[in-house]
Amino acid sequence: MSEIVHSNIFSRISDYAYKNKNFLLLTFLLPPLAWLGIVYLGSLLILLMHSFFYLDGFTGQIVYEFSFSTLIELFSQRANIDIIIRTVMMAFSVTLGATIIGLPVAYYMAKFTTKKTKAIFYLAVMLPLWSSYLVRVYAWKLILAKEGIINWTFAKLHLTWFIDYILSLPVIGGPSLSISYIGMFLVFTFIWLPFMIIPIQASLERVPNSLLDASSDLGAHPRKTFYKIILPLALPGIAAGSIFTFSLTLGDYIIPYIIGTSKFFIGQAVYTHQGVAGNVPLAAAFSIVPIAVMAIYISLAKRLGAFDAF
Amino acid sequence: MTLFFILILQMIDSVKLNSISQNYGEVQALININLEIKDGEFFSLLGPSGSGKTTCLRIIAGFEPPNEGTVFLFNENVTTIPPYKRRVNTVFQDYALFPHMTVEHNVGYSLKIKGVSLEEYRKQVHEILHVVKLEGYTERKINQLSGGQKQRVALARALINKPKVLLLDEPLGALDLKLREQMQVELKSLQRQFNITFIYVTHDQQEALSMSDRIAVLNEGKIEQIGTPSEIYSSPNSSFVANFVGTSNIFDKSIAKEVFDIDSAFSIRPEKISLLINEADNQYSIDGKIIEKQFHGSFVKLIIETTFSKQLIVNLNQSNPNLSLGNEIKLGWSKEDIITLDK
Repeated sequence: MSEIVHSNIFSRISDYAYKNKNFLLLTFLLPPLAWLGIVYLGSLLILLMHSFFYLDGFTGQIVYEFSFSTLIELFSQRANIDIIIRTVMMAFSVTLGATIIGLPVAYYMAKFTTKKTKAIFYLAVMLPLWSSYLVRVYAWKLILAKEGIINWTFAKLHLTWFIDYILSLPVIGGPSLSISYIGMFLVFTFIWLPFMIIPIQASLERVPNSLLDASSDLGAHPRKTFYKIILPLALPGIAAGSIFTFSLTLGDYIIPYIIGTSKFFIGQAVYTHQGVAGNVPLAAAFSIVPIAVMAIYISLAKRLGAFDAF
Repeated sequence: MTLFFILILQMIDSVKLNSISQNYGEVQALININLEIKDGEFFSLLGPSGSGKTTCLRIIAGFEPPNEGTVFLFNENVTTIPPYKRRVNTVFQDYALFPHMTVEHNVGYSLKIKGVSLEEYRKQVHEILHVVKLEGYTERKINQLSGGQKQRVALARALINKPKVLLLDEPLGALDLKLREQMQVELKSLQRQFNITFIYVTHDQQEALSMSDRIAVLNEGKIEQIGTPSEIYSSPNSSFVANFVGTSNIFDKSIAKEVFDIDSAFSIRPEKISLLINEADNQYSIDGKIIEKQFHGSFVKLIIETTFSKQLIVNLNQSNPNLSLGNEIKLGWSKEDIITLDK
């Protein structure tokens, strides 16, 4: 070899990697890809497979034979359909609620904060995530309880009639806030709110202020600027955030367990079927539902152009 | 009577700033700015970055209300009127085109806001795209355009509304030299064609000199001088203007007195200095050594080390075998070319 180019086996490998970028990429990406492919997607596939097995009604044993009977069972029983509808409706409402509350906060964070106040906002938004999820949910149960601070405040303001009115509404009402869909909605919305605020804030941060000036300059009232410029450009963030809030609500089983009525959500159904009942195939079939719903949701969002801006 | 009327019309200021001051916390962005810009004028705000020229433009557009002072548009006090109610449009430095819209929707944005009929909308968008030579680009997305094309879209979008005043915030800053020179010519002809006031913010003195009817030179939030390009160039009233607009050799008071026996500071343009062959009465002469020589095509630029510890910049358009590095030469200029400063 020449005197300038130092050569041994390692430098030859590195020379090869320098010339073949794909080889380099592969060596670095193989471990994480293997993890993702085998551990994550693999277990998901096994889950999917299980939904094609079924439980023998007599023996209570799982029969490892290919069959549609579990899926048919899932979609033919009124109770199961109700669970799915209930969960999807809740996920949808929570997503909508989190968007409505999250957008103004995110907008303020992106456009009106100084370096210091932005840090305070970040902290305020993220801080709840540092505490235990269970603690937060139990705290909410106390807040929403009949003897809780919300009822107390409304009573002091002589507005108890308002809470009574809301609780008397069909479907969303109930005996108290902590035992009603409205209460569950509030808890879900506030627990998942950071997951909505941060992506929207990130997408609005990339919108230069000059775009807002330009819209105003061209005669648009601030309201029009919001609908024509801010909202469309925040849409990728809203889409990303809603994927979080939607899927987190679809899969959660602790909030429906602690807050709300005794009526089941998908997460609880999965938990019960694979645990006490030992009906792993039905649990698997249930857990396929959120995946399917999310797939439909994302493809709809994509078709509506949620990922087009930028 | 008609003549009188025409006189009155010509006297109307399209934009008038009355003792405008603006500060951001501790920073004074503008200090007591008074400006009167005539209708149909090409007016430039020239200054280095941080001189307050963009702030001035933003106050005229209405993006920020001034801390003090009043803004008049055609004799109407608009100080507290928001931008969407002012008949002023802006071409932004970064173009500020809406990335989620096509060229057509960007250009027609203000028409959509006003709610004109679809037919009228199509007609006007087509017309203005013809003016800026971008027909056939209607369906393009903004990220599919080159810098020059974006510039044209921004212009079309601002002009379609037929504003009374067009504000341009360093619109050519991001373009390369050839394109910039071409756009300068086009902007000037657009201004004549539409016959509206252009207020042009730039830090490029060449651009300001070549395009403007009048120029205001800004420095540290204050107006240094207002005048026509030739006034600004040939009789700057301060050493800042002399130095910022074109190149100047500035002699401070002590050197002026000591070497030239002149009572105040003065400057001399590099092109006014010539090689001295035989001394004449009305000329000042100095000796110096060539320490740098640059060929600029139409002239040769020399940097001269003088005997009184001051370097001179000299532009010579004659070639001379003596002009090589290290040579001692004799230079001079006539009395009337001296610009007296800071009287």
